[in-house]
Amino acid sequence: MSEPTRRPATGYEAPPLRPGELARWSWRQLTSMRTALILLFMLALAAIPGSVVPQEAVDSLRASQWRDQHPQLTPVYEKLGLFSVYDSVWFSAIYILLMLSLVGCIIPRLLVYWRGVRRRPPKAPRNLTRLPQRRVYETDEDPDVVLERARALLRRRRFRVEVVDDAVSSERGYLREAGNLLFHLSVLIVLVGFATGGLWGYKGGVIVVTKDSFANTLSQYDDFRAGALFDPVKLSPFAFTVDDFDVTFIRQGREAGMAHKFSAGLTYQASPSSQQRETRISVNHPLHIDGTDVFLISHGYAPHLTVRNADGSIAWSGAQPFLPEDSTFRSFGVVKVPDASQKSGSTQIGMEGEFYPTYGFIKGKNGGPFSAFPDAKNPAISMLAYRGDLGLDDGKPQSVYALQKKGLTPLKKADGKPLRLDLGLGATATLPDGLGTVTFDGVSRYVKLQISHTPGQKIALGGVVLALIGLLGSLFIRPRRIWVRARRDGGRTTVEVAGLDRSAGGDLSNEIDALTASLRPASTTPEFPEESS
Amino acid sequence: MTHSQFELLSNQAVAACAVVYFLAVLAHFAQWAAGRKVEEPVEQPVGVGAAGSGTPLAATPTGPTTIDEPERMELFGRVGLSLTVVAAFVHFIAMASRGLASDPVRVPWGNMYEFTLTGTWVVVMGYLLLYRRYSLSWLSPVVTSFVLVTLMIDVLVLYTPVVPLRDALQSPWLIIHVVAAITATGAFTLGGMCSALYLVKERWQRKHEADGSTGRGYLARLPELPVLDRIAYRTHAFGFPIWTFAALIAGPIWAHYAWGRYWGWDPKEVWAFITWVVYAAYLHARATSGWKGRSAAVVALVGLATLWFNFVGINFFFGSGSQHSYAAPEPVAVVRTLE
Ligand code: HEM
Repeated sequence: MSEPTRRPATGYEAPPLRPGELARWSWRQLTSMRTALILLFMLALAAIPGSVVPQEAVDSLRASQWRDQHPQLTPVYEKLGLFSVYDSVWFSAIYILLMLSLVGCIIPRLLVYWRGVRRRPPKAPRNLTRLPQRRVYETDEDPDVVLERARALLRRRRFRVEVVDDAVSSERGYLREAGNLLFHLSVLIVLVGFATGGLWGYKGGVIVVTKDSFANTLSQYDDFRAGALFDPVKLSPFAFTVDDFDVTFIRQGREAGMAHKFSAGLTYQASPSSQQRETRISVNHPLHIDGTDVFLISHGYAPHLTVRNADGSIAWSGAQPFLPEDSTFRSFGVVKVPDASQKSGSTQIGMEGEFYPTYGFIKGKNGGPFSAFPDAKNPAISMLAYRGDLGLDDGKPQSVYALQKKGLTPLKKADGKPLRLDLGLGATATLPDGLGTVTFDGVSRYVKLQISHTPGQKIALGGVVLALIGLLGSLFIRPRRIWVRARRDGGRTTVEVAGLDRSAGGDLSNEIDALTASLRPASTTPEFPEESS
Repeated sequence: MTHSQFELLSNQAVAACAVVYFLAVLAHFAQWAAGRKVEEPVEQPVGVGAAGSGTPLAATPTGPTTIDEPERMELFGRVGLSLTVVAAFVHFIAMASRGLASDPVRVPWGNMYEFTLTGTWVVVMGYLLLYRRYSLSWLSPVVTSFVLVTLMIDVLVLYTPVVPLRDALQSPWLIIHVVAAITATGAFTLGGMCSALYLVKERWQRKHEADGSTGRGYLARLPELPVLDRIAYRTHAFGFPIWTFAALIAGPIWAHYAWGRYWGWDPKEVWAFITWVVYAAYLHARATSGWKGRSAAVVALVGLATLWFNFVGINFFFGSGSQHSYAAPEPVAVVRTLE
């Protein structure tokens, strides 16, 4: 059978063009398609490093860990923007170039299409044998009768039809190019939506211990990232209390210990003056408060600790969230006591260590404490303690999850070894040198919430949906032309049916056959197919 | 039946269908072994009435040297195809009972083992559905052996006992997203096979043109290059909008509900995007002169590589770095600052 029609390099070809024009036009198209192709490859390549190097915007903790582990590479990577690939100059340059190329490509095509849409189907080529699909038969009917029937048949098949001289010209599938243009335009819409969210939106994370409250102001966030044009005054003034947190742990199987069905009960107010409401949020079911969403991301434990001075007065007391280090919820945390006292006056105490929801201990050289299960069945903490200067007064912000050990000295036991406080639930340990005591009072759960406001989501979504519709049109509508010519030839009428499929990988033979079959009255000479490639 | 009985049934059905696929592979190898002795089909003008979709029927040779061989080919081909149909049915039972084995009952798309189980089934179904339309008998040995090998790897490396879905996966968007992603993956995989065969045949043809010989055997019976190219294009063109939907619509909507952002440049998302861009490049390449045929086929295979890498590689190499990793707990990234 015939070769598939090789289409010209362009999506749409305006029919009658003079050779010079055609050459120039195709050349332009060709080069820009190449450029687009190369830019697409560059975009794909440029996206890769962002999946290998931890991204600041995706996981800042991992990014900073990576920096600590690779002190030599870090400055180089930083220069190259490898910790925020998707905001980097070079990544932006590629997609901006691609968009420019897209605009430069679309506008001329829109114009061409606009003129082409209303154009009548092109006249039949003088020589139909050149076309990839062609059928011929002879009949006694008058050519006009044949042409009229062809016209009607093609009209019924929703072709645009024109009769010129001895031939019917017809064309359909104009929407393919429209679909293609819609697709490419929609890519721009998606980008606008994406950029809107990036520029005006914000995303913040906060850990809230159960029974505690949160009000939506900048100072309450643990981490906060906002777009360049975001205005903190615009934070919507809601507040909520985390009433409780529920979780079930799978107890057996390979995924034992996996937490599931977790949900948090919230009491919230959309603004200080509005009514209090209650709700439950869980994974996949966020809370929407006027354009802002509150998502439950994860959870963990906050041990309650109390540090008492030697005289029994409380130096520090509270629930301090510890960050899970693995799926058993062995968690790491830090306690900072800025106003402690010792015999010689006031001092500061810092403690760091781990929390084990279900404490277990392996003896031996490589052993040590571990958590046997993520649920708080037998909670315990194990911490090292320090005294000295916590470094809080130098004005620099400090993480609550790390001790700055520069000004601190470890507390020692009588035998000179570092003092390790191993506390079961309710236990109290005494610190040396009259520093007082530490008590492990209890455990609360905390939830990690993500609060985000992303304007332009609807624009982006609308854009991709339009893009998809355009794409379907562009891929599955088959633009095609069919010509029927009838000529009186020595007392008989020779009818030629020929067609051109203009889509990529199209094949018209079925359609031409069907048309020929219905065009031909029952009693004519047997048709003979004729094809050329 | 109890949940654990369903689990057992599922495991047995996987084993059973693998055996049947194995027999199908043998049948198809026998078919093409028989075909080596048969002369290449002679291209015949196809009459108006007989015109199919324009693909020559490579598997119906018309100029036999011996009488039995084409018949044997045909017989083995039929046996292979029937075995594949049976295997696909058993394969489906394996999938369905996997879902029924969970308590509560769920869709069988909770981990990589299950994704692979379903993905291979989609490949087989795609092949069976298109078998007639594109006269795919030449694709049979490739599809059956691919599915057999993938299933074996799935069972040996990825097997996971049935557990409930983790919370992030419990969403109607999971079903929509995963169905679309797996369907597209199946289509791209089939398309990739055609593109790979295109490249192989193209090389083979060039070699034979160079030394003036005519080839025989399996490659000679593959459809003509333009036909291979067209079938590859059509499968990719079918897969691309579905992938667009899966990766750029359903995925982000689900991510919005699960993680509070619709697009976060998480490694899995990055690679889904890369795959999308590469396949967009494939469609462009086919429309760019100088990139047609061979280059386009190479681009298609690059696309397939990124797709599979995303599926397999991300989970193994990036571990907890991706929220889409189905093993580790979600990382908690907090740096609270005291003023
Ligand atoms: C963001 C970048 C782009 C993406 C994602 C993209 C995607 C696509 C896709 C998926 C198709 C396939 C539809 C079809 O085959 O009909 C396509 C076709 C096309 N694109 Fe793009 N494109 C992009 C940029 C461009 C640019 C910059 C140009 C201008 C040179 C361009 C010109 C075309 C043309 C002419 C077609 C029609 C090809 C045909 O009819 O087969 N595209 N594009």
